[in-house]
Amino acid sequence: MSDPRAPEAGALLLRHRFPARASELRSVREAVRREALGQGCAPECAADIVIAVDEACQNIIRHAYAGRSDGEIVLEIECAGEALVVSLRDFAPPIDPSRVRPRDLDDVRPGGLGTHLIRQVMDGADFAPAPPGGGNLFRMTKRIR
Amino acid sequence: MQHSVREEGGVVVASLSGDVDLESSPRARELLLGLVRGGRSVLVELSAVGYIDSSGVASLIEAFQLARRAGTGFALVSPTPSALRVLQLARLDRVFTIHATLADAL
Repeated sequence: MSDPRAPEAGALLLRHRFPARASELRSVREAVRREALGQGCAPECAADIVIAVDEACQNIIRHAYAGRSDGEIVLEIECAGEALVVSLRDFAPPIDPSRVRPRDLDDVRPGGLGTHLIRQVMDGADFAPAPPGGGNLFRMTKRIR
Repeated sequence: MQHSVREEGGVVVASLSGDVDLESSPRARELLLGLVRGGRSVLVELSAVGYIDSSGVASLIEAFQLARRAGTGFALVSPTPSALRVLQLARLDRVFTIHATLADAL
């Protein structure tokens, strides 16, 4: 018998559309943390998901929109069995995923850490095929149970 | 992010608090680079940092590298567990000198 408290697989838990600006990220982090904790994530797990979402949003703001201040991001969190699936959709020109790779950490220098952090804390993270209407879709998964 | 700067035991102690993120890290960068350019050793206290992201960490790296070139000291003090987590994920806990307490650092 299924746990009545558990949401159905694929159920949309959170949808948040916001301007692609640095000043928005604090409230995005809070919303993600609250949702992850509400789904039963341990605090450390919720903190890791927050890191990944924050860094992925930064990549969109800094690289996809490249300083444009009128862009938007759509964040969705879904439940998929024992994992949370986090999708970030932007409406920027398509980016080349091969240019978004973690760098060698032995080369200590500022910048380029975000993608590495995302891959460290999530179980999966990759670009999905370009959504209808253009833009980019970045999808991350994290097992929470 | 808020910050305060004081002198203690002949070194400059910069205390950061709140979130050092994409919005605030340019201020952290300017602050730390300015302090390092002052020519004395700098301790960055992170005990009240709720969140630090890769841009905040990049500010620390830049100041650390400037201090190294200048031959002055640069170390981190009492990072919160969340700040330490990000430093460890970036494998920077092996690059920065990290003191558990200010007393240890002085």
